[in-house]
Amino acid sequence: MEKLENSLGELRQCFRSGRTRSVAWRKNQLRAVLKLIHDKEDVIFEVLQQDLGKHPVESYRDEIGVVKKSANYALSNIKKWMAPKKQHVPLLFFPSKGEVLPEPYGVVLIFGSWNFPISVALDPLIGAISAGNAVVIKPSEQAPACSSFLANILPLYLDDSAIKVILGGAYESEQLLQHKWDKIFFTGSPRVASQVMTAAAKHLTPVTLELGGKCPAILDSLSSPSDMKVAVKRIVGGKWGACNGQACIGIDYVLVEDKFKSTLIEILQKFIKKFYGENPRNSGSISRIINKNHFERLRNLLEDPVVADSIVHGGSLDEETLYIEPTILLNPPLNADIMNEEIFGPLLPIITVDNIRESIDFINSRPKPLAIYAFTKDETFKRQILAETSSGSVTFNDVLVQFLCDALPFGGVGQSGIGRYHGKYSFDTFSHEKAVMQRAFFPELEPRYPPWNEFKLKFIRLAYNFDYLGILLLMLNLKR
Amino acid sequence: MNISMELLRDFSSVGAGASRAFSYPFTRKTKQRRLSFVYLIRTSYSFKSCSATLSLTAEVEEKPKFDVDKAALLARELRKSFNSGRTTNYEWRMSQLKSIEKMLEEKENDITEALYKDLSKPGLEAFVAEISQVKSSCKLALKELSHWMIPEKVKTSLTTYPSSAEIVSEPLGVVLVISTWNFPFLLSLDPVIGAISAGNAVVLKPSEIAPATSLLLSNLVEEYLDKSAIRVVEGSVDETTALLEQKWDKILYTGSARVGRIVMAAAAKHLTPVILELGGKCPAVVDSNINLQVAVRRIIYGKWACNNGQACIGVDYIITTKDFAPKLIDALRYELEQFFGKDPMESKDISRIVSSSQFARLARLMDDDLVSDKIVLGGQRDVNQLKIAPTILLDVPEDAQIMQEEIFGPLMPILTVEKVEDSFKIIQSKPKPLAAYLFTNDEQLKKNFVQNIPSGGMLINDTILHVATDGLPFGGVGESGMGSYHGKFSFDAFSHKKAVLYRGFDADASIRYPPYTTQKQRLLKAVINGDIVSIILALIGW
Repeated sequence: MEKLENSLGELRQCFRSGRTRSVAWRKNQLRAVLKLIHDKEDVIFEVLQQDLGKHPVESYRDEIGVVKKSANYALSNIKKWMAPKKQHVPLLFFPSKGEVLPEPYGVVLIFGSWNFPISVALDPLIGAISAGNAVVIKPSEQAPACSSFLANILPLYLDDSAIKVILGGAYESEQLLQHKWDKIFFTGSPRVASQVMTAAAKHLTPVTLELGGKCPAILDSLSSPSDMKVAVKRIVGGKWGACNGQACIGIDYVLVEDKFKSTLIEILQKFIKKFYGENPRNSGSISRIINKNHFERLRNLLEDPVVADSIVHGGSLDEETLYIEPTILLNPPLNADIMNEEIFGPLLPIITVDNIRESIDFINSRPKPLAIYAFTKDETFKRQILAETSSGSVTFNDVLVQFLCDALPFGGVGQSGIGRYHGKYSFDTFSHEKAVMQRAFFPELEPRYPPWNEFKLKFIRLAYNFDYLGILLLMLNLKR
Repeated sequence: MNISMELLRDFSSVGAGASRAFSYPFTRKTKQRRLSFVYLIRTSYSFKSCSATLSLTAEVEEKPKFDVDKAALLARELRKSFNSGRTTNYEWRMSQLKSIEKMLEEKENDITEALYKDLSKPGLEAFVAEISQVKSSCKLALKELSHWMIPEKVKTSLTTYPSSAEIVSEPLGVVLVISTWNFPFLLSLDPVIGAISAGNAVVLKPSEIAPATSLLLSNLVEEYLDKSAIRVVEGSVDETTALLEQKWDKILYTGSARVGRIVMAAAAKHLTPVILELGGKCPAVVDSNINLQVAVRRIIYGKWACNNGQACIGVDYIITTKDFAPKLIDALRYELEQFFGKDPMESKDISRIVSSSQFARLARLMDDDLVSDKIVLGGQRDVNQLKIAPTILLDVPEDAQIMQEEIFGPLMPILTVEKVEDSFKIIQSKPKPLAAYLFTNDEQLKKNFVQNIPSGGMLINDTILHVATDGLPFGGVGESGMGSYHGKFSFDAFSHKKAVLYRGFDADASIRYPPYTTQKQRLLKAVINGDIVSIILALIGW
């Protein structure tokens, strides 16, 4: 506890000294992150393999590549982001200057998650650094090899009087939350997010919460068989390809018209076989379940006999290797847990509807998800989905790639989160945008000051309408 | 932590006793409401004795309380209304904004009267600070809404080629606006305008400490706006507690840091995002090489001519050099007399203190042993009229209560330092304020101030005006709040910015899919980096 106090004291001191505010410091730290990623790429592959059984291609695509891209993007744009933005000031206040100046919050806390333990810690870190803050990262203890890696390696590359990694579990997190932070960035579950925000409320600390939800994939009828193949291929990629279903933006369930269900299942099976072979356990291209707790949780989802009955593919589990086969379910009961909590695993329910447009009501009757995926060529349907559903993001005809689009904000709404990041939004999320206005001593507008009278009221009425001609006339005593 | 208990502690210390008589629940029948409104205007509203008001409540029959069930019902009703899609279309939003505009035209006198009743606010101040600001907001929204609603196209990179992307603004749903008593009209309607323009259904909870305005708002919203989507809930602690237990899609709260914490904690239960517009001790640093007369007039404007110091962005205290202080005080003395006459207690151009408990609080700050002998101007008070004269104190100690809490009244401490730069440390040692002011002609000092003083907003060589500038966001940081609004920022504050990516079925790169090979890995690296050269090289197997 004392050690924590000391660390925090050091960070506050460091921030106050102004060290983290210079462009040079920020750029150096960003370059250091790049160097770290470059030098330790193999080690990162190793620890991700250890914690999650992630294949290096997945690790590169979802973690190393993401961090590299973010850091490079920040490096090339940071000067632009740091510059004050001029704002329009009405003529009435002439001469004056108005601008919005971003400034760092101060000392910020980032909670990492276990499914993308490297990128979900380092990507926000890049945002915090570019905005000029001092940072504490608390990686998830459920990914121990990655957490240790961060704790050991970060201090070797980054300025450790300003950027620290603190390891621990629930107790340490609670301790951290007792203190006053200038901003908290949290990635994880809604349940814990609520606790984080409640703790933040004590200190009026602003928060960004990146949560999840049941991200649906709507599969409309696609007349061309090759389009259908591509769509289903992408669905397979969007379910099992990203940490084996353990991703906030991974596909949770699929909605399809009843008449297409057999085709869908057939093609899903085909691609599962193509990607992972006859025995996915041995493919090496699919991550495993993170730990026993989550394995149990997923097993329990399948326990209900009615749910178990709806399995049409897969369903086998191996506790020793924490392996669950890619599993497809057809119309499990809607009141079962599997259709009410975020699955976060390799189980894919297919829900059939009579008309695909019913998907909209289905989605709206559930909490707002982080992402909605829709495979359709029907422009009207696209517009309808956009206008009538709400989610963090919507991606048409693909999955997951919105994550790589730096110009798009990445964040949720409602139960899927508060705030956003990626690209410039990372910089913004860790900055306070200060409004700055400058005026001169001349000219002076007498009607601003008491004692009040009719003339002053007339003047101010005209002023508020920006009726400059009227004001002129009034001043010249020509207005009635 | 029980929300109700926490709120009670705070609310009861600010005159809730008298106002309880006026916490009519929103289910009152119209007929009786009008009757009691008339009574309100006729009865000279006094916080001194509740006898007039007690007999009033006896006449009105006992109405059902607005409790948690009622609040849940209200939330459900509005959610149904929102889900029907009613509030999301452009026409509805414009029609509501136009109705607000009409209301401001037709009811200006009623509004001015209510503000006078609640705060003895001079007519012109009411116009300048509240009515015209709301008009302005409304006008801007009417003019710009169609632009604001257009999705923002964004660039996509080689990584997701081919694709197109945009950011769509969508309403959050049903939002709660909790307002306050010092600019009761402005701080209620301005956020509501933002919420409406973003397409939300809204519940407004005005402050019971400004009861005439609260009642007026309730009536006006009912008369002019779509009551299936916009409602006012009057009341105090109980009603606010009941509201805070419900799930809202956003809450905008204006008020104290203490209650701000309670609001955020309640919001945390439902993961509701919040905007907290709080306050703080807004400092004004005064350098010596300035046009003293103009600076002083602007300081007075930002303190006593602005709800008599009861404003979140008002100048709380001044810091100047030891040498300059006497000149500054003389100039203040002179200009105060120009503005408010020889006896400011008689002036009609200055608001009164809002309630007896606020009055008592300010009196305590003045009577504090540490500062009572530091008064160099003013100090007069009249508890019956709830008036305190513009009062200046010189060199109060840092640990006096007056330097520990937001003053929110007509007391102005002046702290002196050796060099004007020394003021920075003083400001930085306190919680971040909502606004910071500097009067100087020294360009370097301006730069240093802007770079090194964290605050919600700042204004050089003037006070207050920056919040009347639509292009600038209005909000705090740290203890002074989170989030911002005004102008387009209001629209953004009440919108969810949804990211939308459009892709096609063509050009499906197999490198995305397992089984993963080294070649795929190399190509993938190149694609993620958006580096066309590496992509080509990888493709040809380099």
